[in-house]
Amino acid sequence: MLWNTLLLAMRAIRRNLMRSFLTILGVVIGVAAVITMVTLGNGATRSVADQIASMGSNLLMVRPGQRFGPGSDEAAKFKAADVEAIRNQITGAAAVAPVANSSATVVYQARNWSTMVTGSSNDYFSAAGWELVAGRGFTDAEERAGKAVCVIGSTVRDNLFGAQNPVGAEIRISQFACEVIGLLKSKGQSAMGSDQDDTVVMPLRTVQRRLSGSQDINMLMVSASSTDAVDAIKAQLEKLLRERRKIGENEDDNFRVMDTRQLAETLTGTTRILTMLLGAVAAVSLLVGGIGIMNIMLVSVTERTREIGIRLAIGALEREVLLQFLIEAVVLSSLGGVIGIILAAAASIALSGIMNIGYLFDPTINLLSFLFSAAIGVVFGYFPARRAAQLDPIEALRHE
Amino acid sequence: MNTGTRSTTPLIRLSGITRSYGRGAAEFQALKGIDLDVDEGEFVAVMGPSGSGKSTAMNILGCLDSPTAGSYEFQGVHVERMTRDQRALLRRHFLGFVFQGFNLLSRTTALENVELPLIYRGEPAASRHAAARAALKQVGLDGWEDHTPNELSGGQQQRVAIARAIVTGPKVLLADEPTGNLDTHNSQEIMELIAGLNRERGITVLMVTHEPDMAVYAKRVVRFVDGRVDSDHRQEVSA
Ligand SMILES: Nc1ncnc2c1ncn2[C@@H]1O[C@H](COP(=O)(O)OP(=O)(O)O)[C@@H](O)[C@H]1O
Ligand SMILES: [Mg+2]
Repeated sequence: MLWNTLLLAMRAIRRNLMRSFLTILGVVIGVAAVITMVTLGNGATRSVADQIASMGSNLLMVRPGQRFGPGSDEAAKFKAADVEAIRNQITGAAAVAPVANSSATVVYQARNWSTMVTGSSNDYFSAAGWELVAGRGFTDAEERAGKAVCVIGSTVRDNLFGAQNPVGAEIRISQFACEVIGLLKSKGQSAMGSDQDDTVVMPLRTVQRRLSGSQDINMLMVSASSTDAVDAIKAQLEKLLRERRKIGENEDDNFRVMDTRQLAETLTGTTRILTMLLGAVAAVSLLVGGIGIMNIMLVSVTERTREIGIRLAIGALEREVLLQFLIEAVVLSSLGGVIGIILAAAASIALSGIMNIGYLFDPTINLLSFLFSAAIGVVFGYFPARRAAQLDPIEALRHE
Repeated sequence: MNTGTRSTTPLIRLSGITRSYGRGAAEFQALKGIDLDVDEGEFVAVMGPSGSGKSTAMNILGCLDSPTAGSYEFQGVHVERMTRDQRALLRRHFLGFVFQGFNLLSRTTALENVELPLIYRGEPAASRHAAARAALKQVGLDGWEDHTPNELSGGQQQRVAIARAIVTGPKVLLADEPTGNLDTHNSQEIMELIAGLNRERGITVLMVTHEPDMAVYAKRVVRFVDGRVDSDHRQEVSA
């Protein structure tokens, strides 16, 4: 019976090519839209997470002031003594790197480039997740003496040296000459969209003396020896800094400790909301596709009611007629669903390439939108048919 | 007609069949108590004015409709006590129906239309094709197998419908004004075809017709008037 009914369903699909095509189209558009939107959204979320991971793992950033990001308020900056205290008193910290920033124009022969100069220690490279592709880091002597040596990012290299090896070359930063001792491996864009490779790193002292002219430290980077240690270090840091900055029991912190996980959560939270929004818009198109299917199915009921009457008159059982319609609906919706999934995969891969975000296959959304469209097809193909199949044959035949 | 003293059960026996449409004050009785026996091999023409209940009676005989009251025995089995599925199986195995309006599946070839009842009978593809081709040949549609209804004339469509009705080898062929939509020439041919099925294959035929010309093919004429059997007489077949 199943085989014969399958045959009948296939014949019915072939007989009604236009209707079958429209039904499939409705499903295809809906499924493809939802899957593409959600896949792109997921890819974007993933890219942001990856970029944050590239900032270094288990990293804690301590900044003066409560607001995070540039232009923090007037809270006191950190001093070298703070760094010493942290080094000596915090357990579980793998590296502690002070950071002082200053923007400067760097010159090599006839080329110049304005960039951000970071003053720090050797620990900075490991804490912030930087690798060297050429040259070396700072020696202790260079750090202590505030020697004019620097490690440059790939953007700076490209702009000053082109493809040439920069190690050993002498560049001018503001007023002084500085030897390039290392080249950083490219990290690409940051989660906020800025170019991480547009950077020059020098010993902290060099920046403080020759560029910023103050003893201030803008930020402290502390990397934990393991992920488990992050929370404990954070608590210790807060306690220590409150003491050192003489913050009373009832006063708020005038600094902020942020870890990369937290940052990742904040930023991916944003893209996740965006994904949901896009998904919701696409879901509307799935719904519209569903309504299209519904319409086609309902419009065809008049013709099909007579067809059902003919089948019943010839001796078909009610359940045979229903099974046929069910198979028809399932075949059409599934076909539409599969085409939609393939189309979505193609569109997602193409678009994620253009938008420069990762392509991430999400089985859940594929399955969900497939099931939803199949359900629409089945419900609206099946229920009108069921009503017709329950009529007396003569009533179904009389239907105009 | 006194049916009580018959020794053998007739193929079809209607007793006190009524059929009402509507409810309450709007109720209308299309059949007001029909008694009718039909024996195997008979060719019955059902005549009568329009609205006299001929189609209603035929639909009940064809198990396409259910009577409001009364009993319908088919080979001694009470049809009115059957379930929907049992009636469907009765149609499938014993009855063939030809409608005035053909009722073929559109956009479906003649061959596939004729095959349809065989698919529901679970006939394997090879024997199904052979039987359908043979039936089409019998109604004179050799070579028209792959044409869809809209590529066929009215007479040809009715032939396809007849082929579909007889392809399963039914005991009874029910035809409701089979020539009602056809011209005289086609009507004659369809009547010859139906009479031949009755004569050569012994299929019992019940046929509604308006035209006396068509009734002459039948061995028995039953006249309906106002939802009752008005007259019932046998006649010599002229052809
Ligand atoms: N579905 C229906 N609903 C209401 N009345 C009907 C229906 N079918 C038939 N009738 C009525 O029943 C009577 C008999 O109809 P029918 O059997 O079609 O007559 P005939 O075939 O002899 O012309 C007519 O008066 C017709 O109006
Ligand atoms: Mg009629």
